[in-house]
Amino acid sequence: MTLLAIDWALLIEKLVLIAVIVFASLGIALYTTFAERKVAAILQDRPGPNRAGPFGLLQPFADGLKLIMKEEIIPNTSNKILFILGPALAMTAALMTCAVIPWSSHVELFGRKIDLQVADINIGILYIFGVVSIGVYGIMIGGWASNNKFSLMAALRGASQAISYELAMGLSLIAVLMISGSLSLKTIVEQQMAPGHFWNIVYQPLGFLLFFVCALAECNRTPFDLPEAENELNFGYHQEYSSMKLGFYLFAEYVNMIMSSAVMACLFFGGYDVPFLDESALAPNIAAIIGVAALLVKIIIFIFIFMWIRWTIPRFRYDQLMNLGWKTMVPLALVNMLATAAVILWRAGV
Amino acid sequence: MDTIQILFYALTVVALFSAIMVLVSKNPVHSVLWLIGVFFAISGHYILLNAQFLAIVNLIVYAGAIMVLFLFVIMLMNLNNQSEPQKHIWIKLAGAIAGGCFLMVLVSLVRQAVDLEHKSVLVGTGDIGLIRNLGKALFSDFVVPFEISSVLFLSAMVGAVVIGKKD
Repeated sequence: MTLLAIDWALLIEKLVLIAVIVFASLGIALYTTFAERKVAAILQDRPGPNRAGPFGLLQPFADGLKLIMKEEIIPNTSNKILFILGPALAMTAALMTCAVIPWSSHVELFGRKIDLQVADINIGILYIFGVVSIGVYGIMIGGWASNNKFSLMAALRGASQAISYELAMGLSLIAVLMISGSLSLKTIVEQQMAPGHFWNIVYQPLGFLLFFVCALAECNRTPFDLPEAENELNFGYHQEYSSMKLGFYLFAEYVNMIMSSAVMACLFFGGYDVPFLDESALAPNIAAIIGVAALLVKIIIFIFIFMWIRWTIPRFRYDQLMNLGWKTMVPLALVNMLATAAVILWRAGV
Repeated sequence: MDTIQILFYALTVVALFSAIMVLVSKNPVHSVLWLIGVFFAISGHYILLNAQFLAIVNLIVYAGAIMVLFLFVIMLMNLNNQSEPQKHIWIKLAGAIAGGCFLMVLVSLVRQAVDLEHKSVLVGTGDIGLIRNLGKALFSDFVVPFEISSVLFLSAMVGAVVIGKKD
């Protein structure tokens, strides 16, 4: 059949991989909501959710069921199509990031070498940036379509926050790219795994700090969670949303958290690398499983830090947020970039 | 028809349909969203040409940054069907004729262009759109125009700040 000359085995392999990754991320996000409440409880010295199931382990399902069962209200004067498109876009953009993250090396199944990465494109990091910049539309469309001035103002606030911090994020990334000389996440991870090389955090401590702060802002986490400041700013762009559409917005935030943790682990902490372990000496399948576990552990540590910060630091005022973004983060990222470039040139002997 | 041709026609249909919807939509916010659809389709075309860097930069810069600014302005000015001034039929007619003439000039130019004659598209094989080759070309052959254009951007930024500061 010449009409569609496709490698069907590859297609099936990728579809299975996509399905597994998407459902795994959703599952982890589900339990991240539970972990958030438990961490909050521990930090505030109270037991936290412990009624549904043993240790409250069924709590996320109870929460999800509650959100689905709630009455769904679409405001009369809203723009119905866009009102529904908003949360859908937010969720889609959050999940699309996982396409370029290398979850581990490769497994060998049925005589095929299967890479545990959906697409190893040579513009991996830029792809993530593209997706992040599309994520802004979920906020803006949702806020505008609600036809409520508070939602609209909050949407503009959220979108300008995202755009401002995208800038510093990009600048802090350029330094990493200068060290690795590649935009492919897989290549960046493999370079950090190579013997004689350290994780990028060793070379780029300031770059990591900047990236981490920007990731907090991009995920709308405290201290940058102005879009959902319900007590002083009358809630955010999702003020008019109810039921599962609100759930999607809130859930997308958790998926974003997982994805940004994975990206940070890949860029600065060696991805699926286990320190002091020579993966190439192991059988490929075992190495792959250890790699997935290592990446998951790194992601969980990052998520815990996200939560720790949320329940420790109060949120910024809006002018403080903008000042920090434009007058501290961007100049620091520029200095970091120039210093990295100078050191690289000096070591190259120019 | 092979896969690439099918993809090409699908993307072209999406691009043209979205472009028409940009013009037809009454609501400016819808127009902007359709325009984003056009950018996505065009990025798809870039990927067919193996120009991945161009594809993603097209998305980041146009769909991710410039269209967000468009949306900001439209949302803040609260433009909608009622506030849009209704143009006279003669103006619409003049616009259609002028646009048609422009299209004719463009088509005749493209048909006669020496650079395009007897050339076929490098589908999926060309590597000029990859970031390595593009970067080398920009920073060796075209470094002076590239740097001058950055000065242009800087002056535009300074100008915007000056205008914004003036009360």
